[in-house]
Amino acid sequence: MSTEKKEREPLFSAKNLRLIKEPLGANNPITVQVLGICSALAVTAKLKPAIVMSISVIVVLAVSNVIISLLRNGLPPRIRIIVQLVVIATMVILVDQVLKAFVYDVSKQLSVFVGLIITNCIIMGRLEAFAMGNKPWPAFLDGIGNALGYGIILVIVAFFRELLGSGTVFGLQIVPEGFYDFGYQNNGLMILPPMALITVGVIIWVQRYRNRELIEEN
Amino acid sequence: MKALRNFLDKQKPHFEKGGKFEKLNSMFDSVETLMYVPDTVTKKGAHIRDAIDMKRTMIVVFIALLPALFFGMWNIGYQHFLSIGESPDFWTMFFYGFLKMLPIIIISYGVGLGIEILFAQIRNHEVAEGFFVTGLLIPMIVPPETPLWQVALAVAFAVIFGKEVFGGSGMNILNPALLARAFLFFAYPSDISGDKVWIADKADAFSGATPMGDALVGNFDNLPSVFDMFMGFIPGSNGETSTLMILIGAIILLATGIGNWRVMLTVFAGGYVMGLLFNLWGLNEYMDLPAHYHLVMGGFAFGAVFMATDPVTAAQTKKGMYIYGFLIGMIAVLIRVFNPAYPEGVMLAILLMNVFAPLIDHYVIEANIKRRLKRLKAVTS
Repeated sequence: MSTEKKEREPLFSAKNLRLIKEPLGANNPITVQVLGICSALAVTAKLKPAIVMSISVIVVLAVSNVIISLLRNGLPPRIRIIVQLVVIATMVILVDQVLKAFVYDVSKQLSVFVGLIITNCIIMGRLEAFAMGNKPWPAFLDGIGNALGYGIILVIVAFFRELLGSGTVFGLQIVPEGFYDFGYQNNGLMILPPMALITVGVIIWVQRYRNRELIEEN
Repeated sequence: MKALRNFLDKQKPHFEKGGKFEKLNSMFDSVETLMYVPDTVTKKGAHIRDAIDMKRTMIVVFIALLPALFFGMWNIGYQHFLSIGESPDFWTMFFYGFLKMLPIIIISYGVGLGIEILFAQIRNHEVAEGFFVTGLLIPMIVPPETPLWQVALAVAFAVIFGKEVFGGSGMNILNPALLARAFLFFAYPSDISGDKVWIADKADAFSGATPMGDALVGNFDNLPSVFDMFMGFIPGSNGETSTLMILIGAIILLATGIGNWRVMLTVFAGGYVMGLLFNLWGLNEYMDLPAHYHLVMGGFAFGAVFMATDPVTAAQTKKGMYIYGFLIGMIAVLIRVFNPAYPEGVMLAILLMNVFAPLIDHYVIEANIKRRLKRLKAVTS
């Protein structure tokens, strides 16, 4: 600790950058740690709600990480979970209110799932595992990184589900009308939650194919 | 026959390590072992000693499917000409159905085997036998008017996500053929939902609903007689209409000891008992439907004989098989009668029980262990 205090670490040192980069790839919360799957299934039928959901999680996780990191030295270990929950809940309510005020239709689509960010295992996990033992700035980066890693998977899944399930991207029709005249049909299964699970599975498959280190031994 | 053996022997060096077509070894191997029983013997580990290998087993199932397949071809033609009010001779009808089904069969085998061979090459193992039967089952459980690209997509989905991700034939938890149908059912419901899909082209005057579709909307006067449904002179998916032909297949399977009578019997029993139970209740017309109707309608018989008995996905213990089969029958009828969204429950019932089969086995084995422990204690104390 003493050496760290003497030389101030640059804001974007290699160590800090790794906090953002790792969750995007080799330590992704969804595909490697398999956390936050439930909301990945629920909100990814369309791209727009998925993106709004990702942004909400980024905000909630980054800010709660910073707050908990600031509180970490004065926090009695016995009540830390309760305090973490209060912080997350506050952030979730704030985000929910903002969504209701500015993007009401998306907020309607997301319905309970914004409120359920509070139960997203990624957030509690990061607060416990990282924010409780690190300074505010790394905690902030860690929050951004993990939430981005979560968001990227959400957006990829939602892109394929919307494209194949509804023939649209962001609500704009992408599959040309001519295809439908030839007998092409939207795949109704893509709209249903099982396909989200299978899409996540395919992403995991592709990722492990490219990065052999991730394959578990059994 | 000798010439074929000689030919294969002559080609073999090309496909072995260092040969010209080394990369295509798995393909050569699959052809060779299909034509001739391989002389390899299992050397280590526990294994079942049996005179025939997987490929010969699969060929028997294939033969058992043929009566239903040929009847299905004829029936497609029969239903088609019935709908336009003609009655040509037997061969015209058969040929019409043959031409309808042939592309579906070709697509099913082409796509399925293509993917199997690809995976066999990448993973460096032999092409597994499983798809030999699956490839024929899929065309038999889809409606004849299913667009070919949908068939191709469903087959690809079933083979990749039903089988290959779990490690190939023998490792799958769900029946791949049923998975293909489930994919079509949920992805493109308008083409497979059980009413008006069938002989729809130029059949304005004829209501083409299948008995399942009729029953679903409460159109019970429209139901064909039990005899017609048993013989299979009804609209339905390609190969599943004739209970009689399926029973012939069942006899072939049972006589050769390849099919499992426990599962077949209990599926029928489960369906019948559930039908009787509903009769006791009799809250609506569907519940009043005589119990034996359920056994000859829709894909019940086909599911019981060819799908539920799949040795990979069924329960493995004897007691487990009774439970597994009985629940399939009960759930199939339950879904038919109570769920207005799904006219046919057999597919969903079998897939559901596929998932539960390992659990059933687990508890049967645990119970057995407990019983024997108790006996041991009684003896020693």
